[in-house]
Amino acid sequence: MADTADEWSGLGDMLALASAAAFATIGLILALGGHDPAIRIHGLMLLVACGLAAVYILSHPTNLRAEKATGYFDGPVRVATIACVFWGVVGFLAGDFIAWQLAFPALNFDLPWLNFGRLRPVHTSAVIFAFGGNALLATSLYVVQRTSRARLAGKWLPWFVVWGYQLFIVLAASGYVLGVTQAKEYAEPEWYVDLWLTIVWVAYLLVFLGTLAKREEPHIYVANWFYLAFIVTVAMLHVVNNLALPVSFLSSQSYPLFPGVQGAMTQWWYGHNAVGFFLTAGFLGIMYYFIPKRAERPVYSYRLSIVHFWTLIFLYIWAGPHHLHYTALPEWAQTLGMTFSIMLWMPSWGGMINGLMTLSGAWDRLRTDPVIRLLVVSVAFYGMSTFEGPLMSIKAVNSLSHYTDWTVGHVHSGALGWVGMVSFGAIYCLVPWLWKREGLYSIRLVEWHFWLAMIGLVLYISSMWVAGITQGLMWRAYDNLGFLKYSFIETVEALHWPYVIRATGGVLFVLGALIMAYNVWRTIRGDQPVDIKEQPGVAAAPELRPGVIAVPAE
Amino acid sequence: MNHAIFEKNSLILLIAALLVVSIGGIVEIAPLFMVQSTIEKVQGMRPYSPLELAGRDIYIREGCYNCHSQMIRSLRDEVERYGHYSLAAESMYDHPFQWGSKRTGPDLARVGGKYSDAWHVEHMRDPRSVVPTSIMPGYPFLEKRQLDYNDIAQRMTAMKDVGVPYTDEMIANAAKDVVAQISPDTSSAKELVQRYPKAQVRKFDGQPGGDEVKPSELDAVVAYLQMLGTLVDFTKFDASGPNLR
Repeated sequence: MADTADEWSGLGDMLALASAAAFATIGLILALGGHDPAIRIHGLMLLVACGLAAVYILSHPTNLRAEKATGYFDGPVRVATIACVFWGVVGFLAGDFIAWQLAFPALNFDLPWLNFGRLRPVHTSAVIFAFGGNALLATSLYVVQRTSRARLAGKWLPWFVVWGYQLFIVLAASGYVLGVTQAKEYAEPEWYVDLWLTIVWVAYLLVFLGTLAKREEPHIYVANWFYLAFIVTVAMLHVVNNLALPVSFLSSQSYPLFPGVQGAMTQWWYGHNAVGFFLTAGFLGIMYYFIPKRAERPVYSYRLSIVHFWTLIFLYIWAGPHHLHYTALPEWAQTLGMTFSIMLWMPSWGGMINGLMTLSGAWDRLRTDPVIRLLVVSVAFYGMSTFEGPLMSIKAVNSLSHYTDWTVGHVHSGALGWVGMVSFGAIYCLVPWLWKREGLYSIRLVEWHFWLAMIGLVLYISSMWVAGITQGLMWRAYDNLGFLKYSFIETVEALHWPYVIRATGGVLFVLGALIMAYNVWRTIRGDQPVDIKEQPGVAAAPELRPGVIAVPAE
Repeated sequence: MNHAIFEKNSLILLIAALLVVSIGGIVEIAPLFMVQSTIEKVQGMRPYSPLELAGRDIYIREGCYNCHSQMIRSLRDEVERYGHYSLAAESMYDHPFQWGSKRTGPDLARVGGKYSDAWHVEHMRDPRSVVPTSIMPGYPFLEKRQLDYNDIAQRMTAMKDVGVPYTDEMIANAAKDVVAQISPDTSSAKELVQRYPKAQVRKFDGQPGGDEVKPSELDAVVAYLQMLGTLVDFTKFDASGPNLR
């Protein structure tokens, strides 16, 4: 029996090597025969990555019996956790840099690879896909094992998912800087990078489903419903929105399949559900595991979880057209988008209530545990953003807010407040648990991070409300004679100080993230916690808690 | 209904979730390809000339869509500021669409003809030399770079394959037409204008022309900007009339 298992996993090694060789060949062809410098550089990157992978596989031949004893498969989770912190700092820095560019345009330096137009996708992709994506990879692969009481499926596949995803990020971001882009927001990577992500994503789905299939718990825990819906819906959105025809299979350039109005509708069907499924459903998976775990309380309502899940995923997908109010999109589609966006308020708040009320009986933790505070404040921001969103989807409001910084502020209340805070909370939980430490290096530094991020966030959102509403009102202002009152450039001048305040808020947010990176580094290094007495028992790795056996939150 | 079915079978949960999330997209996207009134019947729309297409590709490369929309909404102040609200027909050959979502700078859907070439050249070189409080990045490198158009026919073929009505003649003459559009008063320029009505022919970047002169990236970008929103003949367009069928 053991021999057969060894043979099977030996086959796994061979398959992994064969895949590395196949992708290395593609990389070599692109590196040598590519029509433009960008695709040659990217071919070289793929080649090097495959070479490193092959060396690693060869130097780690399978020894199945030894691994069975180790239980959960956390190596890929650790890599994704570190990547999350790293890309978070990179993405926030990029964002703050372009924020300063808007206040002081000299910072563009008249260089192609430093101009706002090329760097903004670097920022958005780095925070959404690199920071957010790694938070989702790390937590989902951690949670699905604990709540299923099963080891991750596959030996090399989870590693491929995590490292393949990092390669996707590097290809995408370096492409933007070199001017390789599809010019569709949040879907900027070109066709070959999209294909690579598709392969990685299918592997992710297989690992996740395979682990669920091996589970020893009869029920699939609610967090996993959300993770699964996130994975499968993002796959659907990614494939459909990125349908494109390459100019040549050796060229980095492609033209999307859908033009004009159909392209716009498809893009915002994708774009809004990148928010709905990547930045919401996936992070709700985090909420449904980490809040109950950290608070040591059960989820408030099982029934509400069910209603929350099905209504949220059904309604979200319709909301895209609210990005296209009063445009050349047919009015019936705009009305549908608005109607469903307003309905979406209900499941969103149902989920918020389910998250917040989980604290019932443990509200005192808000005062004593800054990690709980991060998690709970994130849910509060989730509630605020999902109220503001339906409001802005109403056509009359949208006529004022659209094309202005109000939208940017709204996005960041969700991104910094909800996605950022809940990820920080999850990271602070995960790091001691994964590296088997008694607690974080310093919980007081978490306190510092919380307040810096919070003040930065408030400066960001409020300055963007001011900027957006000011500009929206100035655009539509008329003088006594019935002429437009302001030229466009006057409405730009009015935004200078809000832009400075926003960028200052960004500095505080970046500082908070740097403190987190330091704290995580010290914890991983194994330094003695400086304030272990102030940390709750749950901060320690499950193995180190006295008399506690790890039990799924369900 | 017993929810345990979904909680105990990962594949049933997966398929059910996929079905539930498919509905909205199908209802909202599919009709746009089938309902005829989605795209108005207008006169004057044509595919981009090769030089304009090359300019558009640079517009995409530099990420101009991050700050400039190309979609005038049907609101009074927008129509007065920018011109007639944008029609779906005006972007029906746009792969990808460039409607944008943010106006850090003004809408560009009808920027064609609003400013002189010289203004655009100055503005790209140093935006603050013509608009002192502008926050746009400078693009002085565009005029220094020769336009790379050796695969322009291939690009137009790809465009044709995704549905843009480029003819074989247009594709066969693509590279020639790039040069023709910066060479006024030549026979090839006349042919270009026949293939692409309303195409503007001149040396857009302000540098002296001539037989030996190669187009710069700035030529392409200004050619693209100067044609934006100029194709549809609005004297013949009636929003309530037969245009909508």
